[in-house]
Amino acid sequence: MSGIPHDHYEPKTGIEKWLHTRLPIVGLVYDTLMLPTPKNLNWMWIWGIVLAFTLVLQIATGIVLVMHYTPHVDLAFASVEHIMRDVNGGHMIRYFHANGASLFFVAVYLHMFRGLYYGSYKAPREVTWIIGMLMYLMMMGTAFMGYVLPWGQMSFHGTAVITGLFGAIPFIGESIQTWLLGASAVGQPALNRFFSLHYLLPFVLLGLTIVHVWAFHTTGNNNPTGVEVRRTSKEDAAKDTLPFWPYFVIKDLFALAIVLAVFMAIVGFMPNYLGHPDNYVPANPLATPSHIVPEWYFLPFYAILRAFTADVWIVQLVNFVSFGIIDAKFFGVLAMFGAIAVMALAPWLDTSSVRSGRYRPMFKWWFALLAFDFMVLMWVGAMPTDGIYPYISLIAATYWFGYFLVLLPLLGVIEKPLPQPATIEDDFNAHYAPKAGADASANSAE
Amino acid sequence: MFRKLTLTAATALALTTGQAIAESETHVHDYDFSFEGPFGSYDQMQLQRGLQIYTEVCSSCHGLEYVAFRTLHDEGGPALPEDQMRAYAEFYEVYDPEVDDYRLATPADKFPAVTSANAPDLSLMAKSRAGFHGPLGTGINQFVKGMGGAEYIASIIAGYEEAPDCAPEDFDGYYNVAFASGGYPDSCIDDHGHNMVPGSWIGMAQPLWGDDVEFADGHSTDIHHEAQDVAAFLMWTAEPKMMARKQAGLSGVILLILLSVLLYLTNKRLWAPHKHKD
Repeated sequence: MSGIPHDHYEPKTGIEKWLHTRLPIVGLVYDTLMLPTPKNLNWMWIWGIVLAFTLVLQIATGIVLVMHYTPHVDLAFASVEHIMRDVNGGHMIRYFHANGASLFFVAVYLHMFRGLYYGSYKAPREVTWIIGMLMYLMMMGTAFMGYVLPWGQMSFHGTAVITGLFGAIPFIGESIQTWLLGASAVGQPALNRFFSLHYLLPFVLLGLTIVHVWAFHTTGNNNPTGVEVRRTSKEDAAKDTLPFWPYFVIKDLFALAIVLAVFMAIVGFMPNYLGHPDNYVPANPLATPSHIVPEWYFLPFYAILRAFTADVWIVQLVNFVSFGIIDAKFFGVLAMFGAIAVMALAPWLDTSSVRSGRYRPMFKWWFALLAFDFMVLMWVGAMPTDGIYPYISLIAATYWFGYFLVLLPLLGVIEKPLPQPATIEDDFNAHYAPKAGADASANSAE
Repeated sequence: MFRKLTLTAATALALTTGQAIAESETHVHDYDFSFEGPFGSYDQMQLQRGLQIYTEVCSSCHGLEYVAFRTLHDEGGPALPEDQMRAYAEFYEVYDPEVDDYRLATPADKFPAVTSANAPDLSLMAKSRAGFHGPLGTGINQFVKGMGGAEYIASIIAGYEEAPDCAPEDFDGYYNVAFASGGYPDSCIDDHGHNMVPGSWIGMAQPLWGDDVEFADGHSTDIHHEAQDVAAFLMWTAEPKMMARKQAGLSGVILLILLSVLLYLTNKRLWAPHKHKD
């Protein structure tokens, strides 16, 4: 592998050499674990580990749940109750799995916003970013299909609403919706295929995780300064980095333990807080809940979907220019997917030569506003569509697009960046100044 | 400790979860239940009283199709002695497809499903009615006050009142100040489109009036006590493993905090030479 120069695995004993010439797997593990990692990584760099752990947690609990679950419209709800009441530890496994989805999205949003602030998406890490975006889309699909499986009221009517989005596509929409559902309406075929895909996609996600890690192991990690590790020699690189094992493994595990303590408190003490109570009512096609609200992690993009109603002038303009092909409903769908697309295009929309937001005095504030905007969208996504809420949605959704399409290109031109440290070592030493006799006291402590 | 631990994660989420505002303002009373909070547990005697009310009143229309009779004997529930639980099961007849006939229920059987049209099954009622949220859909009430489906059920049962004057005499249903999603007469809506009286009209006639049952332990049978007892029992039917879950949660949190202390110290020691610290 290319990347930061460091010591590679050298097989020493006979058996190691024998294996290494046939399958260099020990070397692969060694080089992955000993990867030189910028030593100034802060606590926002822990979410990747949390995500990896959560994926494993979801797969492990999911496999057990499948052993007791029945994907049938008449039996699914009862089989979930069977898990909750009769399966040994089943209530904990299911609550872990259900709340694990929330943990997954808390971590992925923090992970993404870390990347957006520190410019982790910029060259040469665009591929890492794009793969990450694909993983995020896949996570959303998986989470949505998983929510359908208990076959409660929200499962059923949420499916109708979400697949209805595809129905908004002109000409081919209805065919796509029928193809997704396997029928003209939500029912047994939809439940069966969602069950199948809900089991499949996490393993695709696992594969993409490996590619994601491979990509940033090739370029090296970004870091809070955005300054690259020196690659001039092994010695220079070693001044900027520390090996992943043990320094970052232990640090990440510490952070993971704290995150899991909070997670455990939620699972143990308030496991239904993040879910919708209506999903404890068995699906009934004849009774539509008064408010169909998606899970919290979809709300920001759900808000964008609903923001562009038929009385917004840009919707009317597009409708007119497209001869009515793009109506308000389809516009909303385009806006929702567009909101994720513009995020994926950030590497090419951001014109600044400076990577880290730390040295970008104007960007900093617009970024803070984007984070706030995201929270506003999440809140307004759960609100009704009357009164002041549509205006809030519209302003918040407009800012989301404005940030990526206008501010990111513009700021790179008009902003005067602050001086950056020359090396990661300089940045690290500015926080942890070497003092006289430090070596002696470090030794005496041991 | 619980609040501290969860606040960090929850402040971000608390603002965003939950259902939108109910159509009608309702009076849901914040009853104090023994099972609230991370250390709260079911009151076994209360669950037994609630079972008695369910048996003598609710079960004439409603069912508990997910609850097996044997679980009445479980620790952390009503914990009826085994012989009582077996005797209780024999009160009921269940349909057995193998003999194509009704037979006496055994502990392995479940409570019969709904017996009356329009009477929903009560097994999960306490979980499916936890959706009234704090101001602006923030869910704060549920989080801070521990209000949930049990409060809702008790408030509904104790929430029947004389129909207000604005309503026509023959309006369908029964006026209930805690019920949000029922019918509402146009004559009770003011010029601004706001409801003039709280609650709405519910289809269920008032089920409990006070002194409906006689408790062996001599506990009060006024309407509020009865409402709380049956609400607590229905909380148990919805969440029978709550005690086990809270115990697992508590041990998990304690162990993870211990682990994070150890990892914190390891991490500190590991990095100290590189951070030029002692």
